[in-house]
Amino acid sequence: MSGHVVVPVRIYVTVFLALMSLTALTTGVAYIDLGRWNTVAALAIAVTKMLLVVLFFMHVKYATGLTRVIIIAGFFWLGIMIALSLSDELTRGWEIVPKAWGTGMIMPFLSRFF
Amino acid sequence: MAETAVHGAHAHPPGFAHQFEDIEQQREAGTLGMWVFLVTEILFFGGMFASYIIYRSLHYPAFEIGSHLLEVKFGALNTAVLICSSLTMAMAIHSAQVGRSKSTIIFYLILTMILGAAFLGFKFTFEWHRDYVEHIMPGFGFVFRPEWGSNAPQVEMFMCFYFFMTGLHALHMIVGLGVLTVLAIMTAKNRFSSEYYAPLEISGLYWHFVDIVWIFLFPLLYLIGGRY
Repeated sequence: MSGHVVVPVRIYVTVFLALMSLTALTTGVAYIDLGRWNTVAALAIAVTKMLLVVLFFMHVKYATGLTRVIIIAGFFWLGIMIALSLSDELTRGWEIVPKAWGTGMIMPFLSRFF
Repeated sequence: MAETAVHGAHAHPPGFAHQFEDIEQQREAGTLGMWVFLVTEILFFGGMFASYIIYRSLHYPAFEIGSHLLEVKFGALNTAVLICSSLTMAMAIHSAQVGRSKSTIIFYLILTMILGAAFLGFKFTFEWHRDYVEHIMPGFGFVFRPEWGSNAPQVEMFMCFYFFMTGLHALHMIVGLGVLTVLAIMTAKNRFSSEYYAPLEISGLYWHFVDIVWIFLFPLLYLIGGRY
């Protein structure tokens, strides 16, 4: 499956142009004050670029299910590593009974990232 | 005996290994194996990204100061150079797939190498050398600036992250250049055909993976907190 599919040059060039445009976009957005949404925009663009490279340049769009499972497992384990590391680090300062759940807890929690 | 007979009946393409049913199964096994390796690479770089996230959450102001010590224009330029190199790598594999001449494949491989070398050249001269001269290279005469105030030690830590992450990435680029050299030699020796080009395909996966790492390093290191 992965080998027989020959991706047309047209698709490669389209993906290339999209990647270049997104690079210009992420650089441009950094010069606009969006507050904490600057980080969200930068990461959203980076993930989009990654998906373009993985799906088309790395032929995963045309890959077998087995290969896809391996790739998804890799990102899943990366997610475990990051999430569990943060669940330790970010909760060390918490009190045994938090004073205020809801907005009072959640926003300071989020504001530590960006 | 029977196997020998089957073997004699089939004209196997060069590069076909006997343990596989057919070239298609061999291709899939190679792709799968390469992805297993790349998953270990994801987690290898992931350790650095995880610690980056934790320390950024703890010392955000210092990370913002540190990020603004870097030149966005060089980061963006190198991102563009790497994306170009990914396109030329994809074109090298495409050329092999559709059976273009070996000089076409070698042309794209060398173009990829030139772009990869340009990335490293920009990195070493415009960025790392400038950082050294400006005393913001940890371990090589790092000097705290008064305007950083109490954030200074964490600014140095950000620069450590910067050098370790971009350094590890650059190391992967150098390995990639070595791999591309071997591929160009193999192509010149007529080792590939439109049936068998697995080394090109899986090396391409590696090259694109290194590109993806940079796609994340650029916003995470250069664009913290915006530049307005």
